Amino acid sequence: MTMSGTPAKWFIRTVADLGGFTLLAAEVLRSLVSVRPSFRDLVYQLYFIGVKSQSVVLITGAFTGMVLCAQAFFQFQKVKMETGTLALVGVSMSSELGPVLTGLMVAGRVGAAMAAELGTMRVTEQVDALRTLATHPVDYLVVPRFLATLIAMPLLTIEAIAVGIGSAYVVGVHFLGIDAAYSWAHMLKYVGKSDIAMGMFKTLCFGMIIALVGCYKGLNCREGAEGVGHATTEAVVTASISILMSNFFLTLALRGLLE
Amino acid sequence: MIEVRDLKRSFGTHCVLDGVSFRIDAGEAVVIMGRSGGGKSVLLKHLVGLLSPDAGEVLVDGRNIANLGERQMLEVRSKFGVLFQGAALFDSLTVAENVGFALSRSGKCTPAEVANRVAEMLDMVELPGIQDKKPAELSGGMRKRVGLARAIVHRPAIVLYDEPTTGLDPVVSDSIDQLILRVCEQMKVTSIVVTHDMRSARRIGKRILYLRDRRIYLDAPTEAVFASTDPAVHRFVNGISIPKEITF
Ligand SMILES: Nc1ncnc2c1ncn2[C@@H]1O[C@H](COP(=O)(O)OP(=O)(O)OP(=O)(O)O)[C@@H](O)[C@H]1O
Ligand SMILES: [Mg+2]
Repeated sequence: MTMSGTPAKWFIRTVADLGGFTLLAAEVLRSLVSVRPSFRDLVYQLYFIGVKSQSVVLITGAFTGMVLCAQAFFQFQKVKMETGTLALVGVSMSSELGPVLTGLMVAGRVGAAMAAELGTMRVTEQVDALRTLATHPVDYLVVPRFLATLIAMPLLTIEAIAVGIGSAYVVGVHFLGIDAAYSWAHMLKYVGKSDIAMGMFKTLCFGMIIALVGCYKGLNCREGAEGVGHATTEAVVTASISILMSNFFLTLALRGLLE
Repeated sequence: MIEVRDLKRSFGTHCVLDGVSFRIDAGEAVVIMGRSGGGKSVLLKHLVGLLSPDAGEVLVDGRNIANLGERQMLEVRSKFGVLFQGAALFDSLTVAENVGFALSRSGKCTPAEVANRVAEMLDMVELPGIQDKKPAELSGGMRKRVGLARAIVHRPAIVLYDEPTTGLDPVVSDSIDQLILRVCEQMKVTSIVVTHDMRSARRIGKRILYLRDRRIYLDAPTEAVFASTDPAVHRFVNGISIPKEITF
């Protein structure tokens, strides 16, 4: 989704992109039901997506939890409600910030890598070579990445949420001096099953967006090093914007559904 | 058997092929020649359905593949082996995994059988013992030969070679020519070779297709092409350019 060219051209390209994206999603679905993915590729992708994303996810989770705790504390203090701090952190981490921030970080790390790798394969004719070796690029390249992202995202999100709440607890109780027992009890009371369910559902949607956008941009990359660079940037931008926008609508829809 | 009828293809406003027609019988060895940038690689890609034509038909064993879906095309492609101009090795896999790719994916061979066959193929292209190297560690000529091994490992019925000997030293070039000939004659493989190397062309092809001005300009037996008195053909096979006024 670049804004270059005339609006008409931009519009046509966007519609074409949406069409291509839908076709890719349909092909992935067809492959999932008809072709068994390679276990080895799946494990490798899980390692790459899950294990190698640990540091970014831990740091994001921890610092978001801490700053949220501090900010909430300063505001709640004015109305003498300090013990609500952890409840606020818990609810916002599990239903909004955990999934969204994890999604954005994974889009930056994993979505970009997918677009760059598949894009390079395309411009060096490796994708064509794959096709001549009677292998569908979606079966061999896209499906393992898609499945691995779907498995890794909920786990990474849970991790980010847990670390966020944990670090908020440490900051709140040990540095800001809020009452441990009350705030913990309040948090357990206000963070409902529906918040967790919503977070998990969102993170699955974000995982699909990241993998499909990354692979789509890579497989449809333009020629040369410039094309690969472009595809990588576009994958991150498109995935991040889609995550932020879909998050809003998911919140509205799921709140209505779950309550 | 491959038949191309009135194939047309453009990229944007740039017309690359405009009414290409020819027919290649099973077991034949044919050389395609033409100027650099003349559309030879594009033509080869149409034969395996990597590109689809704007107009015209491509018939493989009597079946028009011009508008097949990608999944149906996969079946057709299992008849083919393709050596790409830039080798196009999978750079995340080792040489052995590259060469054995088609066999491992088909699921018909045990890993030991695949390993044996890979070793055999690497011997054939004179690169024994490089199984565990990554493509990035190889020279351009070595990559090309690994690409060649990958293209013929699964004993395809039709093999397309895009400039198999460019960038190789004369001795290795010769052995690759021999290999292509052997593959063609002993295994009755239809071979289509794109080359600029007149020596290979003379040796490999029984027939030459000369691609010029976006169509097949000449389709004749090798001897006839080399003996041709047509000025364009004569200049091409003898490598004579029309001198231009040079201004610095
Ligand atoms: N994907 C593509 N997009 C746009 N133009 C292309 C594409 N592929 C090829 N072309 C154009 O088609 C023409 C023919 O290219 P092709 O690669 O077939 O040449 P060639 O005959 O194989 O040349 P060489 O001997 O140098 O390999 C070139 O002018 C090239 O610019
Ligand atoms: Mg070429």
